[in-house]
Amino acid sequence: MSLILTLASRNLFHDRVRLIATVVGIVFSIVLVTVQLGVFLSFERMITTMIDHAQADFWIAPAETKSFEGSALLSGRERFHALSVNGVAEVLPVVAGYASWRRPNGGASTPVFLVGSPAGSAALRPWNVVEGRADDLSMPDAVAIDRSYFTQLGVDRLGGTAEIDNQKARVVAITRGIRSFTTTPQVFTSLERGRSYLGVPASKANYFIVRLAPNADAAKVRARLAAGLTDAEVLTPEEFGHRSRVFWLFDTGAGAALLGSAILGIIVGTIIVAQTLYSSTKDHLKEFATLRAIGSSRAYILKVILIQALLSAVIGFSIAAAIGVALVQATADAALPVIMTPGLTLGLFALTVTMCAIAAISAIRVVTRIDPATVFAQ
Amino acid sequence: MTETMIEAAGITKVLGEGAGRVDALKGIDLALVGGELTLLMGPSGSGKTTLLSVLGCMLSPTGGSVRIRGHSTSGLGPEALAMLRRQHVGFVFQSYHLFPTLTAAENVRLALDVRGDRSALARLRARDALATVGLADKADAFPRELSGGQQQRVAVARAIVGAPSVILADEPTAALDSENGHAVMTMLAEIAKDPARALFIVTHDPRIMPFAHRILRIEDGRIVSDQRRSEQNGGAIRALKVAS
Repeated sequence: MSLILTLASRNLFHDRVRLIATVVGIVFSIVLVTVQLGVFLSFERMITTMIDHAQADFWIAPAETKSFEGSALLSGRERFHALSVNGVAEVLPVVAGYASWRRPNGGASTPVFLVGSPAGSAALRPWNVVEGRADDLSMPDAVAIDRSYFTQLGVDRLGGTAEIDNQKARVVAITRGIRSFTTTPQVFTSLERGRSYLGVPASKANYFIVRLAPNADAAKVRARLAAGLTDAEVLTPEEFGHRSRVFWLFDTGAGAALLGSAILGIIVGTIIVAQTLYSSTKDHLKEFATLRAIGSSRAYILKVILIQALLSAVIGFSIAAAIGVALVQATADAALPVIMTPGLTLGLFALTVTMCAIAAISAIRVVTRIDPATVFAQ
Repeated sequence: MTETMIEAAGITKVLGEGAGRVDALKGIDLALVGGELTLLMGPSGSGKTTLLSVLGCMLSPTGGSVRIRGHSTSGLGPEALAMLRRQHVGFVFQSYHLFPTLTAAENVRLALDVRGDRSALARLRARDALATVGLADKADAFPRELSGGQQQRVAVARAIVGAPSVILADEPTAALDSENGHAVMTMLAEIAKDPARALFIVTHDPRIMPFAHRILRIEDGRIVSDQRRSEQNGGAIRALKVAS
């Protein structure tokens, strides 16, 4: 085995204070980036959670709708037009909007985001049902809530009752993990109760979910659908999801703030690692000059420095990843949990290595200027 | 017949420029042959270290030529010069320049490692080199666990492990007491008996003169005397050249 690894690791572990400073810098940076990107991913997923779980081939939405949460009402003519298009199997209305939930014990009201769709249809029904049944939403006054909102909604069991905009609501299904990126709880109900709670006139809806007949030509159907609509547009789930993400992540500035913090973390981490690697290299300059004097190539010395940086990266990343996993568990039930995916983990490792390699540049610049003849002067 | 290991012809070296310009070497002609231990002596600032650096391929001369085992250094870049060093030159430094985080055996093996020799044989050769300098039992010791004399012997082992054609030593006894200095020089003199190797030592230390086959004196960038010990004349020093 080459002595490059030995030399790099011993240089690194020889000065423990500097090693700790390096590792702390990397851990700080990577944890910060993990949190920011983890929240970003979580945010991104939550934004489109309704769209992702709807059984839709197309969405008919009011023109210029920016996100699922912010749409105007469609008149209802769109539904009849869609039903007249060849290749369309179903057109399912969805109502969505904010309402006021009054707790059963007479406490203060809290806003909720209500989603109503035809009970028994596959349009947009609650998923991850852990108690009760989604089909029971066809029952009078039936709603489904997520158990993470029990405290906020003042209901903690199946059969619990409350009021939505002064109308009775009874919990018939409880879900797990259906959370909004805002603090507003999401409540599922039937189309009729949804219209009633939100005051939406019959026949009107916020969206129409279009489901195609088997073997229908999606492009042709879409063109025919669009041709007959004036104040509405036809979107694929991907388009609608993208539009929602762009709105919430970038138009509002929230995503940019998260990414900005992540970039800041990378910069701070790179600077800390660069500083410590640079000073470590300066301290070992005599040894690097000796290496050069006894005939080592520049590449040999660069490998020593890069492996030092890589070892720092591996140690720092391992600790940061462990902290990241702890954060994922700690925030699992939070409004905006930190998410770590295999892709993100790999990406963060690559980022850590890149960051450390970039940080090594200043050290490498010093080493490449070494005059081996200086060994005679010392 | 002895082989010429290093041949320098008309070496000049200018350091600095403008008002700070110094003519450090002013036309040095020199040949070092195998099996010979040559001392270079002279006052501070006379050009000893500059000459050592030029012969060791660390500095390029301003004028003249240097050939190591027939390879000219003219026009070579830093990487090519480094390759010549690792293939043909071993160094012993005044301050040893051992790596504090490596053991004695690893310090010696480093000279092979930079050549790309990472075989199991390299470990054996490093141990053998340590045995040659009488430190077989210190192979796993770190420099801080060794005396100054022992550290310099490790440095000698590092210089010889790659079987270089030339060993260049810069004041190898300067940091040692007389006993350790004598021990190191005895060892170097033994190594110099190998006809495939030339030893060139820069020194201020007159105690090591008896070990030399040849003594060069340099003053103001010029070789002013070149004396060789005569084996036929009871070891007496015979002048080959004395500057006028």
